[in-house]
Amino acid sequence: MSAAPLLLSVRAVEAFYGPVRALGGVSLDVFEGEIVTLIGANGAGKSTLLMTICGNPAAAAGTILFDGADITAEATHRIVRRGIAQSPEGRRIFPHMTVIENLLIGTTAAATDGVEDDLARVFDLFPVLKERTHQRGGTLSGGEQQMLAIARALMGRPRLLLLDEPSLGLAPIVVRRIFGVIGELNRAQGMTIFLVEQNAYHALALAHRGYVLANGEIVMQGTGAGLLADERIRAAYLEGGIA
Amino acid sequence: MALARAAPTVSSGVLRAAFGEALVAAGIAFMLALPLAGLRLPINPMDSVIFRPWWVVVAVATVFLGRLGLALWRARVAPSRRNGVPLLDRALAYILPWRRGIFVAFVLLVAILPLMPFADRRVIDLGAVVLIYVMLGWGLNIVVGLAGLLDLGYVAFYAVGAYSYTLLIIHLDLNFWAALPLAGAFAALFGVLLGFPVLRLRGDYLAIVTLGFGEMIRIILINWSSLTGGSEGITSIPTPTLFGLTFTAVPAPGETAFHQFFGIPFAGVHRIIFLYYLILALALLTHVFSMRIRRLPVGRAWEALREDEIAARALGLNPVMVKLSAFGLGAMFAGFAGAFFATRQGFINPSSFTFIESAIILAIVVLGGMGSQMGVILAALLLVLLPEVARDFAEFRMLLFGGAMVAVMVWRPRGLLAHREPTATLGDLSRGREPAP
Ligand SMILES: Nc1ncnc2c1ncn2[C@@H]1O[C@H](COP(=O)(O)OP(=O)(O)O)[C@@H](O)[C@H]1O
Ligand SMILES: [Mg+2]
Repeated sequence: MSAAPLLLSVRAVEAFYGPVRALGGVSLDVFEGEIVTLIGANGAGKSTLLMTICGNPAAAAGTILFDGADITAEATHRIVRRGIAQSPEGRRIFPHMTVIENLLIGTTAAATDGVEDDLARVFDLFPVLKERTHQRGGTLSGGEQQMLAIARALMGRPRLLLLDEPSLGLAPIVVRRIFGVIGELNRAQGMTIFLVEQNAYHALALAHRGYVLANGEIVMQGTGAGLLADERIRAAYLEGGIA
Repeated sequence: MALARAAPTVSSGVLRAAFGEALVAAGIAFMLALPLAGLRLPINPMDSVIFRPWWVVVAVATVFLGRLGLALWRARVAPSRRNGVPLLDRALAYILPWRRGIFVAFVLLVAILPLMPFADRRVIDLGAVVLIYVMLGWGLNIVVGLAGLLDLGYVAFYAVGAYSYTLLIIHLDLNFWAALPLAGAFAALFGVLLGFPVLRLRGDYLAIVTLGFGEMIRIILINWSSLTGGSEGITSIPTPTLFGLTFTAVPAPGETAFHQFFGIPFAGVHRIIFLYYLILALALLTHVFSMRIRRLPVGRAWEALREDEIAARALGLNPVMVKLSAFGLGAMFAGFAGAFFATRQGFINPSSFTFIESAIILAIVVLGGMGSQMGVILAALLLVLLPEVARDFAEFRMLLFGGAMVAVMVWRPRGLLAHREPTATLGDLSRGREPAP
């Protein structure tokens, strides 16, 4: 993997909510074509890291480089238009808008031509969304909403896809489907994916490399398989949690 | 126990709950009835206040029994009905496929209204007032219904439109058709200016600041007397012409009057009818614009921001542009409406632009069903015509008005017509109509 160019580089990044420090000097790398997983307990700062990469809240210290450019202090919409898309925690689809409207909002970050091809591509990935094209987002099932959130992010033709807990609150069979698609996206389209999960087993099994975040700091890193085999990881994040 | 025998199917628990409910209602009724119905001010201020205990007793007893009856009826009858789809929704489901046709038919009806035998001056004038509020409702719908920005000071842009139109006409000698777009542009500029300081505000905070902005504009209009004429305002604003044809009985030298050109006798109602069609055209323009922009990326961005600002930003929407465009365009239509208002009245002063106007326009949007174009028409009809009809009820007019508003919100908490029209279909896309430029 080290032969691939560095796509995202996070260096000693700190982030605050008011006086509360949520990230205390996080550093990590994502190379092109990789799936990198970040695992950590509830409240460790995983979502904050994804949001800080997107500039909301902006990093208080440290630097974030995307494709060699410093995006640390850039506005969220500019960062996103550089090619970073996010499927946020809790999916956050637009509930009163239809599936297709949700997807069209996702095209904001991309050039305006070729929308039909993009639609065809995400419908290929998630055929159920095609059946639900004109249904309101809020009436979809949890799994469908998650698929919509990922599809919506892909409509912006990102080079880096950030996924925040796509398995949250979903039945095991749906989780397997979604992780299947994430793997497929990486293998078939070469999409670089930074995946944040509490569901450590599935996420590490899928990932090339992984990081462990605790109390706003990276405490461990390694290959996906390596972390999965590690005793400490098993004790802290996998105990009884193999879904 | 006697009551329990009278209604054998009602359990004692339900009965007790109903009794308690009725007691609370009676207590509230007592507190209200004591000063409102129980005390009567004497005609001669020297006499003492007259106390009418029986009025209070009757009021409290009526409320108590009414509430008890309602609670028991609900407990026995209503549970079986509660799961059903409300009647109005069922009716709407039937007419929804026909909505386009209904709208066109409605517009045709509105268009031929002035030609109807019953349409006298008063009816046409009232129609124009309804249309002003429909237009204002549609304009505010962009800000509140689509972009989800709660604006309590919308009347400020109406005022800016009216005053900038009037000043342009009077000082620069522009005609209506030149001053109208400029008035809209001025109002839009003010919309953007208001937008900047409130970019970070949402909900209640936004409402407070916009409320203050509305008052500020009104107070500036009162105090800047050298420009605005203070609280007297500005009078003798000319009526627009129809391609140069004036609506005066005796036109100025070099001008042709409408009735002369068509060789018909002069009638004052011609001017009223002309103004009616003018506001109809402006309102339709607002509608067509709103419908089209909803299907463009910017319109969809407004709705996305309303639904979830964090998600919208994470998808690359620039919230600054999205909010400012909503404030600006919404204000622009208020500016057009303000220009029309000025020319229709022939005079303007700050007392036409008080907070109650903002409140009525917002009520039209909310009662109609946020974001619903048809809902705005219904609500404007209701809110403008009801006080008019209720004029016969003299002092109970506002009570009736308030009661109707409360009733709508109780039965239709999401507004009269809460249906949201989707802005895109797969069909459009494959025909290459999306995304629009
Ligand atoms: N909007 C916020 N305001 C204040 N504190 C926050 C906010 N969001 C998260 N936090 C705090 O920051 C820390 C990290 O939260 P988060 O990034 O959501 O963790 P994770 O995603 O790993 O569960 C937690 O202590 C949390 O309480
Ligand atoms: Mg989280």
